[in-house]
Amino acid sequence: MTALTHLTMAGALDGLAKKEFTAVELAEAHVRAVEAVRPFNIFITETPDAALSMAKASDERRAKGEAGPMDGLPIAVKDLFCTKGVATTAGSHILDGFKPEYESTVTSQLWRDGAVMLGKVNLDEFAMGSATITAHQGETVSPWSPGAPGAWDRKIVAGGSSGGSAAVIAARAALGATGTDTGGSIRQPAGYTGTVGIKPTYGRCSRWGIVAYASSLDQAGPMTRTVEDAAIMLRSMCGFDPKDSTSVDLAVPDFRAALTGDIRGLRVGIPKEYRVEGLSAEIDALWTQGIEWLKEAGAVPVEISLPHTKYALAAYYIIAPAEASSNLARYDGVRYGLRVEGGSLSDMYENTRGAGFGREVRRRILIGTYVLSAGYYDAYYNKARQVRTRIKWDFDEAFKSCDVILTPTAPSTPFAIGEKMDDPVQMYLNDVFTVPINLAGLPAMSVPAGLGADGLPLGLQLIGRPFDEETLLRVGQVVEKAANVTALPPFVA
Amino acid sequence: MSLDKATVAKIAHLARIKVPDGELESLAGELSQILTFVEQLNEVDTKDVPPMTSVAAQKLRRRKDEVTDGGYAPQVLSNGPETAEGFYVVPKVVE
Repeated sequence: MTALTHLTMAGALDGLAKKEFTAVELAEAHVRAVEAVRPFNIFITETPDAALSMAKASDERRAKGEAGPMDGLPIAVKDLFCTKGVATTAGSHILDGFKPEYESTVTSQLWRDGAVMLGKVNLDEFAMGSATITAHQGETVSPWSPGAPGAWDRKIVAGGSSGGSAAVIAARAALGATGTDTGGSIRQPAGYTGTVGIKPTYGRCSRWGIVAYASSLDQAGPMTRTVEDAAIMLRSMCGFDPKDSTSVDLAVPDFRAALTGDIRGLRVGIPKEYRVEGLSAEIDALWTQGIEWLKEAGAVPVEISLPHTKYALAAYYIIAPAEASSNLARYDGVRYGLRVEGGSLSDMYENTRGAGFGREVRRRILIGTYVLSAGYYDAYYNKARQVRTRIKWDFDEAFKSCDVILTPTAPSTPFAIGEKMDDPVQMYLNDVFTVPINLAGLPAMSVPAGLGADGLPLGLQLIGRPFDEETLLRVGQVVEKAANVTALPPFVA
Repeated sequence: MSLDKATVAKIAHLARIKVPDGELESLAGELSQILTFVEQLNEVDTKDVPPMTSVAAQKLRRRKDEVTDGGYAPQVLSNGPETAEGFYVVPKVVE
């Protein structure tokens, strides 16, 4: 039998149903794995006691014939989701000591369906980053780093901002994890760690109880080791929530049923503007290979044009900081988290926020404050929102001639900690292929498609029509099967 | 677009973030870099293009303006760094 920590979610559900093992045994194996991955600094908070008691309750439900669709599956939660009674930090010093009195809608749905919580995992502070290196709690190291834990030749990044979520599943210390994606924060770390990540259509998953970064772009989604597992977990995470004003009241399909493998006649858009300068040759080749795989399965490649792609990053780096500067105004030292005293109320605010926010968060709040300030609002913020409209129109036009779009997930294989750190704009370029999708509110996923010459994972991205996650998953599984990436990271728990 | 130290200090004050004087110069450089990067948006023709207000093809839902929740002040206050008698405590604002 496969080691319990190497199972897929589908495999684990099967084993639980056949009584090959119990949810408690599955949880115990994962609790040991969580301890084994400590050198990688993946967890901010481990919750082994909760895991074991939730697993025990799961076994009792199953014995009564009341098992839910994710019953007994151990997962990790990005530390951006509020979890009742469990510290929630957003990777920031400013949320020191914060223990929510409520549970986010998405996590409450996962527990409703029987999932078991292993703990809260690392991220870039307030989800602002592409490498999981900016948290107050330190950087996460990818299990793909060559060498033994603690004696790495190069410390490879897990991507970000959902880098803890990606690392924990790649290292076989959780069967799945929640992520959030504002400009690529699910898909890019999935690509960097050889895992699967979906950013659903804006409005599919409730944002209620998730620490906000840029509300018009933020969307939660599942991160798993297979496309089928992503379908299982996505179903539990989605659904209408009256507590989120942008939640869409639409039935949640059985995404697993969409995995028919039949993509004959499907038109796959290949955007010519994604052949950007600086795209590595091996990624270009992998992209071409991906087109071949889909052709062999009966799909029809179509060249499409997304002319405003090159402006997406610039629009994003106005809109996201603008929304962040407003969202993060709530951290004032009064209602929760850190407080640094000062003589006056204003001094207390400034001292608290000066000490509590890290450099990247501070940078984005200041940019956001500037572009929203009197005299600059039209020139920057409104202009960026107009460009956002044009980017959305590009996709509307493209989807007249195709059903799904195939691109690389990121322009290169993952870099090492310490690289690309000096120039913020250079760091932002990691997200060049993922950011346009958030601006347009579309669903997209990253699927592992191969390894680079450096032995590190490469992913391909699929982009779908609004609320057509089913096509996305169906095509994603075809790519997954054709690529058949079986390589494991140098370290697995 | 290039920001000077004084402008950065002003924005920092607007954002209520204390920035040590020694960091203003380098921060001005970083922010200027970002603003230069986003200037490329001026190449895009946006005449008569509406600024996007909602990416989802739906209007915001309306609800009745009525109290549907509440009555648990202790939970609301439980994370406050300093609280007393059912209130948050802040430095004195009015002499």
